[in-house]
Amino acid sequence: MTTPAEADVLVLIDHADDGTLRPQVRELLTLGRAIGTVHGVWVTGAGATPPPAALEEVGGHGAPVVHVLDTGSVHPRLTPVVAEALAGLVGPATRAVLVSSSFENKEVAARLGVLTGAGTMVDVTAVEVGPDRLVVDKQVFAATWTSRCTVRTPLAVLGVKPHAVEAEATSADPAVAVTHEVEVSATARAVEVVERTERAPSDRPDLGAAQVVVVGGRGTEGDFSLLDELADVLGGAVGATRVATDEGWIDKDAQIGQTGVTVAPRLYIGAGVSGAVHHRGGMQASGTIVAINTDADAPIFEIADLGIVGDLREVVPRAIAELRRLRG
Amino acid sequence: MRIVVCVKHVPDLMADRRLGEDGRVARDGGDGTLNELDENAVEAALVLAEEHDAEVVALTMGPDDAEDAVRRALQMGADRAVHVLDDALAGTDVFGTARVLAAAVRRIAEDGPVDLVMTGMASLDALTSMLPAALAAELDLPQLTLAAGVDVADGAVRVRRDLDHATEVLRAPLPALVSVTDQANEPRYPAFAGIMAARKKPVDTVDLADLGIDPATVGTGGARTQVLSAAERPPRTDRVLITDEGDAGVRLAEYLVEHKLV
Repeated sequence: MTTPAEADVLVLIDHADDGTLRPQVRELLTLGRAIGTVHGVWVTGAGATPPPAALEEVGGHGAPVVHVLDTGSVHPRLTPVVAEALAGLVGPATRAVLVSSSFENKEVAARLGVLTGAGTMVDVTAVEVGPDRLVVDKQVFAATWTSRCTVRTPLAVLGVKPHAVEAEATSADPAVAVTHEVEVSATARAVEVVERTERAPSDRPDLGAAQVVVVGGRGTEGDFSLLDELADVLGGAVGATRVATDEGWIDKDAQIGQTGVTVAPRLYIGAGVSGAVHHRGGMQASGTIVAINTDADAPIFEIADLGIVGDLREVVPRAIAELRRLRG
Repeated sequence: MRIVVCVKHVPDLMADRRLGEDGRVARDGGDGTLNELDENAVEAALVLAEEHDAEVVALTMGPDDAEDAVRRALQMGADRAVHVLDDALAGTDVFGTARVLAAAVRRIAEDGPVDLVMTGMASLDALTSMLPAALAAELDLPQLTLAAGVDVADGAVRVRRDLDHATEVLRAPLPALVSVTDQANEPRYPAFAGIMAARKKPVDTVDLADLGIDPATVGTGGARTQVLSAAERPPRTDRVLITDEGDAGVRLAEYLVEHKLV
């Protein structure tokens, strides 16, 4: 591998439809600086441009330039469109393309891998810049195992999990936006976005990136108010089991599990959660696991650091009161 | 109409899953199963086939016991199966897998056009969820992934999907590739008659030569990444289980403070 000065790194800038940056972008930019010269990539359509606040953040975290790839009338959220747009920016000096490891961006990574022949890995938790290649740690089996891998190709495409690095600002200069018009293939254009409804952002931390996650299951019987209160006291996010989302007690995007959000916070508190295997697959890499359940045989107690056999309606309010008292 | 549904044989979720010394998924446990999310894909394919009078072909790639995965799909109601079996495939990465499956789909299409390729959204072993997108790219098909609902009408497929931050409805003309989530349906349990009927359904076993793929481009040697080491998360120690006698809330708060979690 060439030295960082000669290596280019492309970082896909995730943003809401209104142009607000997703928080993990700052981490990806910080990580990119350890590999080479960072270029932000902002995929957009119909002439939309990044807002000034976004350019300030991206520039501040080390990307002097943001390439604004305008797909014109083609919907810029479709993952094949994003992948083709990104592939057009990859050049001989590009050493890495970094994206967040969301379900959508894993598809971007996969397609970019096909288009460029790059070694591609997702669910990456750490990247080490070796003398001649990148060494990457990734989670497997729902984070019960970690494997260390090397990328054998000159270009690496990496889907990175939250908290792989701590975000660090480096500059006060906003990034400069350079717009390119992008043509995509007929196959990518063939998919039509008939409807798209983006959910309003919450005041709470993003579930996948939160350091404290409070989760409710069947035992809540649909009442999440105590869990909301506990999450607010702890500065955490609220998640749920599939039962709770299927019952419509909480939005589907709160579902933690192998097919929902995977979380690995410092502290996981499950209240009225039994710990079915699919749920455990989405949370068992958490730092400390606390479980509250009336059923002493609930499987979640097999992995809990602190298990409490009891009714969440008794335990949680007392815990909230005591936490408030201890903090004064 | 013809639907190819890709299925994978994976270690049972409830079993002790591990990586072997070579860093690959250990598949010697003997208690494998059809990937659960692929059951959702088979179910979705069967429902569409019933509506549109389509043939459903189950496709898998893997060692001998992978035939169990297509056999399960046949028991659920798929009409026939193709199993890509070749010793050179051991250690193939997602891109090699996508190339092999694409070649197998094209071979199936020699009998008549394939209108839909369906997969689960991810396999519950590696769970990278990259295969559907890589396969769509190899086949140059429109991709409609992560479908929580799927309909076919007037030569087009329409899916509804829930993403991290948005809900979408996508539409594309056939042929296309669709991946489904576990929200898409409740997979049927094979009836006794289905299990009996599956014994007579054909499983066509093909190798890399049949597909025109050079063995050197797949397997461990063809992989673009290399596993250096693998480690299991250390077991949790000092675990505590208490029964609430009116004091558990306070003890929970004290535990969080003591362990510097607040």
